[in-house]
Amino acid sequence: MAQERIGRKRLVVGAHYGTRDFIVQRATAVIMAVYTLVLILYAVLTPSLDFESWRAFFAFTVGTLPVGQLLATVAFLSLAWHAWVGVRDIWMDYAHSDGLRLFLQVLTILWLVAAVVFFGQILWSL
Amino acid sequence: MSESATKPRPQFRNLGLSDLMSYRLPPAAKASIMHRISGALLFLALPLVIVPLFAQSVQSPETFAAMKEWVASPACKIVLLVLMWSYFHHFCAGIRYLTLDLHVGNAREPSQRSGALVIGVALALTVVFGLKLFGAW
Repeated sequence: MAQERIGRKRLVVGAHYGTRDFIVQRATAVIMAVYTLVLILYAVLTPSLDFESWRAFFAFTVGTLPVGQLLATVAFLSLAWHAWVGVRDIWMDYAHSDGLRLFLQVLTILWLVAAVVFFGQILWSL
Repeated sequence: MSESATKPRPQFRNLGLSDLMSYRLPPAAKASIMHRISGALLFLALPLVIVPLFAQSVQSPETFAAMKEWVASPACKIVLLVLMWSYFHHFCAGIRYLTLDLHVGNAREPSQRSGALVIGVALALTVVFGLKLFGAW
């Protein structure tokens, strides 16, 4: 255990996960902001958006590379990671007993993993 | 010194639920709690509404038509309107946090103004896209 102390009492341990979460929250936010902005502009600016043009946004390829699916995957994984950091913050603020907090955090993980698997399965079978 | 203190200011320590009604939040704090609420709503809706709608919309022309029919119901429109506000507010407030991280507009006055601006812009965008949802344009 680290032996650096602030004053006589406070022991600084610091796994640095706070800094990592801070950076993850912002990096994933920027990825999602750009992706959703492009998606909304595409949806609004495409004249008479139909099934084919909507599907093309997620299924288009460049050569043989499935770029549409790759970009959507990056955006959705960013969403899941971003949501994990944010929702865990909510539990840390409001759920004070360890048991309840652990329970809610496990539920959150299951919820997000289910969403990722569901989305990935649909996306990659396009 | 004490002459100006004619009326004692209310003090709030360890806010309880009953204090929430009388405690007036400044605009930045309102934008902040709305950021949290909108994020929680989007999180809850993700596997329940957003991914299922996405699945329907991309699988086949038939499911696409079924999705459009489903979205046409008033109950679904209300849900989508709430989610639209959640997205717009979370997006705008998030952009504000990113600029604050870059030390832009951190002083008291500008940060309160930008907090109020975020709330207003998100509501305006919700009205614009809500009118589209309800078929006004």
